[in-house]
Amino acid sequence: MEHFLDITKDHCPMTFVKVKVKLSKIETGDRLEVLLSEGEPLNNVPRSATEQGYKVLEVTAVEGNVHKVVIEK
Amino acid sequence: MQFTEENLERYSRHILLQDVGVEGQEALSQAKILIIGAGGLGSPAALYLAAAGVGTIGIADADVVDLSNLQRQVIHFTKDLNKPKVLSAAEKMQAINPELKVDSYHEFLTAKNIRAIVRKYDFVIDGTDNFAAKFLINDACVMEKVPFSHGGVLRFDGQTMTVYPGESACYRCVFGAPPPKGSVPTCSEAGILGAIAGMLGTMQATEALKHVIGIGERLTNRLLSFDAKNMQFRTINVNKNPKCAVCGKNPTITELKDEEQAVCEL
Repeated sequence: MEHFLDITKDHCPMTFVKVKVKLSKIETGDRLEVLLSEGEPLNNVPRSATEQGYKVLEVTAVEGNVHKVVIEK
Repeated sequence: MQFTEENLERYSRHILLQDVGVEGQEALSQAKILIIGAGGLGSPAALYLAAAGVGTIGIADADVVDLSNLQRQVIHFTKDLNKPKVLSAAEKMQAINPELKVDSYHEFLTAKNIRAIVRKYDFVIDGTDNFAAKFLINDACVMEKVPFSHGGVLRFDGQTMTVYPGESACYRCVFGAPPPKGSVPTCSEAGILGAIAGMLGTMQATEALKHVIGIGERLTNRLLSFDAKNMQFRTINVNKNPKCAVCGKNPTITELKDEEQAVCEL
């Protein structure tokens, strides 16, 4: 299953907190598509997700300073 | 369970931890922890457990706040003098965390009432200051199979051990029975550097939180002892005693009784 989360308006560390909350509610193997901003969120969220054992499948620029990160639980 | 936006922010530093996360924080919100003694050890334990988002905290103490308490019992303020300690502590805990449920026991826990109280909780923190109470808490927790953290401080020294009844060494396995009355000084005679109570009570709170979240190794079968004057820490391995009077193979203590000992004024 694909899930979606927009944290472009959030700041660290609430960005990864919200990602963790969302990940806790989905099934193992499901994918979460996260929209986030450049700078701290883009630097921290994929790194933290990897550190805590999730798989980061994709990081791509969307438009302006918004990026898409796809994480597999 | 759904965390509000506000609670996600309040507990964000817990949720970020891989070992806690959303699941650990949910477990904390469901947890019930009893703190016996709202004094030097109970004060920091109560503050940290309330801040951590523990759902229910029981606090037991028969005393009122005395001027000589304020040097180390950091949950009580000058304005609380002569107020029951449980009331003063409940006010501070709820000021930190308005969602917390507090059960206050403004009474001495005795052989008659302790088991019924202890069995309502998932974990007990012994923040008492005398041997009679420590053995009573040990025996009650063993009988009710409720894990607890033993703690004691004097002068610059502290010791603590966590007990999982039936699984790990209990306080009585290690110490047998209370020492003869008058053979060991109490806080009121020996004195205590206030911050040492803070160190030890905080360690006990950490053990309670680890128990609820279900992480790490608990301080079982090990007695941690420290001398804060020289900042030396050591752990002494201890074993479950098969001949222990309360948790051994053929226990001789099958009913609680109050040991005769003057209760320290602190």
